[in-house]
Amino acid sequence: MQRVSQDEAELIRRILAGETHLFHDLIRPYEKMIYVTIFAMVRNEAEAEDGAQDTLTNAFRHLRSFRGDSKFSTWLVTIAMNEGRQRLRRFKRAAEESLEDTVTESEGDFTPAFLTDWREVPLEALERKELRQKLREAVESLPPIYREVVVLRDLQELNQEETAAALGITVAAVKVRLHRARMMLQKTLVPYLKQSSAPRKGLFGRWFQ
Amino acid sequence: MKLECKHVWAHISEYLDHELDAKLREEIEKHLENCEVCSAILDSTRNILVLTANDRTFELPVGYSERLHDRLEKVLRENPGTDKHSC
Repeated sequence: MQRVSQDEAELIRRILAGETHLFHDLIRPYEKMIYVTIFAMVRNEAEAEDGAQDTLTNAFRHLRSFRGDSKFSTWLVTIAMNEGRQRLRRFKRAAEESLEDTVTESEGDFTPAFLTDWREVPLEALERKELRQKLREAVESLPPIYREVVVLRDLQELNQEETAAALGITVAAVKVRLHRARMMLQKTLVPYLKQSSAPRKGLFGRWFQ
Repeated sequence: MKLECKHVWAHISEYLDHELDAKLREEIEKHLENCEVCSAILDSTRNILVLTANDRTFELPVGYSERLHDRLEKVLRENPGTDKHSC
């Protein structure tokens, strides 16, 4: 199976052979992904931007160690995730975060929020700036162990195995954390969505209780 | 066996990821046909994930790309021909 596109493989070969300026082109498609990964972890723009620069500097310096047995994007996002984790540990709300980290992983019932009438077309909903803000806040407020899996699986769309490898956990743990994280997002966001899409309820009216 | 709502909720994430075996998936789908609560929960979860992943949800700071490539340019200039350290 071909994991690295031919174009990327060729770019990497030429960069390693000395055409270092091509590194700009190699990473351009991924620069936003790198920023978002780190931002979702550290929750601070300046910190995320610094982290993205460091990530890509490191990626350049260690490009030779990229073996092509994963996608290049996965390799990059793994470096970014580690950068985000390190920064989180170093700078951000150290006490608070370490408490969050102790959240147990025992099976518990996560009851989703019941919504009655939210049938807004997703991309239409996204026109609302305050909704985008709410979405960011919801992701950012997840405890780190849950935030990490959401970032890798749902934002960067890594598969289960890639996510597990990037985080150094089992696929089973990825699934459990992802499920909980998604239910937490659902619970956090649904009341807001329901309320703000009230005008549409006549159209799709669904009432339960 | 008739599925209860809470069993469906326990599998929402795997359902969305198409990771359930055919039998369980079928049972869940049968449940969803008759349960508006569960189908609304499923739809909302799916929509939230679509929205979260959308490009517009997380935005880049103004000038991010320029600053990034300026910094990289400096690094690239300091390391002409990484080839020299080759194996």
